[in-house]
Amino acid sequence: MVRHAMLALMMSCTALPALAHDGVLDVVAPFELKGPDPIQSGNIFLKMDVVETLVDTDEEGRLLPGLATAWDTASDGLRWSFTLREGVMFHDGTPMDAPAVATALIRSLENGGLLAKAPIKDIHASGAHRVDITLQTPFAMLPAMLAEYRAAIIAPSAIKADGTITALIGTGAYKVTELAPPNKLALQAFDGYWGKPAAIETAVYTASSRSETRALMAESGDADVTISLDPASVRRLSGTEGLEVRSVAIPRVLMLKVNGTRYDAQTRKALSLAIDRDGIARAVLRYPEGATQMFPPGMAGWHDATLTPLRYDPAAARAALEALGWTEGADGVLQKDGKKLEIEILTYPDRPELPLVAAVLEQEFAAIGAKATINSTNFSEIPTRHTDGTLDTALFARNFALLPDPVGTLLQDYAPDGEWGAMGWSNTAFTAGVTAMAEGTAPEDTRARLVATLQAELPVLPIAWYQQTMAISDSVKGVVLDPFERTLGLKSVEWAE
Amino acid sequence: MIRALGWRLAQAGMVAFLVAISSFLMMRALPGDMVMRIAGARFGYDNITAENAELVRAQLGDPSGIGAFFGWFSGMLRGDLGNSLVSGMPVSAEIGHQLGATAQLAGGAIVLSLLIGPPLGIAAGLRPGGWFDRLTLLLAAALKATPQFLLGLVLIVLVSIALGLLPAAGHGAPQHLVLPALTLALGLAAATTRITREALVQARQSDWWRFARWKGLREDQVLLFHGLRHVAVPVLTLIAAQFVALMEGVVVVETIFGWPGIGHALVHAVFHRDVPMVQGTALMMGLAFVLVNACADIAARLLDPREARQ
Repeated sequence: MVRHAMLALMMSCTALPALAHDGVLDVVAPFELKGPDPIQSGNIFLKMDVVETLVDTDEEGRLLPGLATAWDTASDGLRWSFTLREGVMFHDGTPMDAPAVATALIRSLENGGLLAKAPIKDIHASGAHRVDITLQTPFAMLPAMLAEYRAAIIAPSAIKADGTITALIGTGAYKVTELAPPNKLALQAFDGYWGKPAAIETAVYTASSRSETRALMAESGDADVTISLDPASVRRLSGTEGLEVRSVAIPRVLMLKVNGTRYDAQTRKALSLAIDRDGIARAVLRYPEGATQMFPPGMAGWHDATLTPLRYDPAAARAALEALGWTEGADGVLQKDGKKLEIEILTYPDRPELPLVAAVLEQEFAAIGAKATINSTNFSEIPTRHTDGTLDTALFARNFALLPDPVGTLLQDYAPDGEWGAMGWSNTAFTAGVTAMAEGTAPEDTRARLVATLQAELPVLPIAWYQQTMAISDSVKGVVLDPFERTLGLKSVEWAE
Repeated sequence: MIRALGWRLAQAGMVAFLVAISSFLMMRALPGDMVMRIAGARFGYDNITAENAELVRAQLGDPSGIGAFFGWFSGMLRGDLGNSLVSGMPVSAEIGHQLGATAQLAGGAIVLSLLIGPPLGIAAGLRPGGWFDRLTLLLAAALKATPQFLLGLVLIVLVSIALGLLPAAGHGAPQHLVLPALTLALGLAAATTRITREALVQARQSDWWRFARWKGLREDQVLLFHGLRHVAVPVLTLIAAQFVALMEGVVVVETIFGWPGIGHALVHAVFHRDVPMVQGTALMMGLAFVLVNACADIAARLLDPREARQ
């Protein structure tokens, strides 16, 4: 009996199709599913082509028509009209019309969506296929904000009166067959899709928080598309047959936020000179190079190749500090007016590289005579201590691609300051420039001036630019690496012959 | 028997009470602003701002306040575990999904460990000091000393990548269960092998074994008719005790194999300061301990009725 059962088990094991091309498109990523609410897990739903936004983008962040085919604004910049695509159906068979879109957008606005950052006065349906948005002040970023996942259009039938989302019903090329948080989302091609239907009938998203596991799933063929690999796995998988490892620089920057009321511009520059960015990038992050300015080369228009790069020169850093009146005390630590140069680096371990980078910074600051201490704690301490003014410095990673256009993030973080940006720093021209860009009234060269200001005054010290790495099985073709992390091009992915 | 069950029931009540209070106090004692953590879990770290935190605070009130505790406690008495502070879904539904997955994993692990451990232990115990006995001792020590995350990764590399027999990780199909259950089972089997072996060696030196042999039974007949029942009692007690170790191992193994179990849920709920989820999960785990121990008591009494007769 037992022998028979064992035999049956062994036979069923060997008969399993562990090979990649099992008819299901398997996507594996570290991001866990929290529930059907796009505000919480919409980034996954957008990547998996379950939900869509009114405005779409290309890989350079240019805006494209999505569920809205066109939009325009009145001359005063206060009234925007979005013309909706006709013939679009939700997965439950109801039409995506103007009242449905208005309901979804208002729900997002009231429940922590990015739209809450726009000066929106009113959203309403104007006819069956037009949605009007009225603003309090002109705001050119509105279409870009509508491209963000939290503004995804979901069916009104899934929204309860209190704003809770009961089911995931979108308009995308795939509809949900099973949503089992935190790990699994199973999908099937949606027959009623308005565009070209998905080439592969079924797809499954699996969240796996450990990078070793994801790498092994890619290697064993369980995953067709594996998102986010650790440096050691990248090297190992690069030589694996049947897999292609690709990476793209994403607009996420590892930076040290510095309290400007304690460290003036000269001191910040001296600290910046003490940081060996290339060394940190190569040794800790395994990237080819460190940041030379705030924005990575992939951000067209925001990366300025003509800027003087941030450099590493500890001797110059020390000299600069001494010129500012700091002298070496008996214990080797610099001091001025009886106060030692002590730096607290606040960081959090949720991103495993952060405490490591903090440890390197501690050493590098010690080399120029500053005594650094690391406080690796909750990430929430950073906004909390920014707000109560007790923050000294903080090390974290900031995403500039919340919107396809980083102006939104700059507005939030640097005009004049923000929890995940500048502290105790303000530059009137910079604030005016960002505000003008957000309103759409900025002159042509504003962007270059903003970038130059960040480089010259260093409200935060950029350290490294992140890269997104994916392993793609040879059994599929057409997967897209999007630096803005909005899409995988899933609906047009096909099995390779 | 009835008195024993009554005692276990009272124990369950005390566990519920203590778990509720201690998990609430521990969550309060953790550093950092609770609402900020919850907002971070809801909106993602990139979108955490004081404004978002205020929105969450306005919706939830103060989750660390004493009012929140009494609200949860009176709900629990009515059988309502409340809603998750992060996803807003009922805690009972989330735990149902995740506890079910853990029960599958734990059950699979125990069954596999029983298929591996006791047979090896008996084989070793029949020839104590022989080469097989020494080999199982070595293997048991090695397996017991190997951390489960390492064992899990080694199994994935061997079974999924080198042999291509089973999926590396995931959840949903029956074949996903084998590797994580085996990872847990090998550690458990290491202990059951040794306990079985010790119990058998002890039995074979006993008067009743010699008497059975003297009355004419063959060695295998003594083992089958008398020995197995004797060996089963300590093994059963061990399995109940192993349940604790299993729960520890489950957290690690679930993470490695992407298994949506309750250990994983508890870790994330603690991370995100999802107090009702932590309380509900800890409560269910506590009650599961009591239940397993009660079952072990009953089974031990059935196997060894002498105590009940006295």
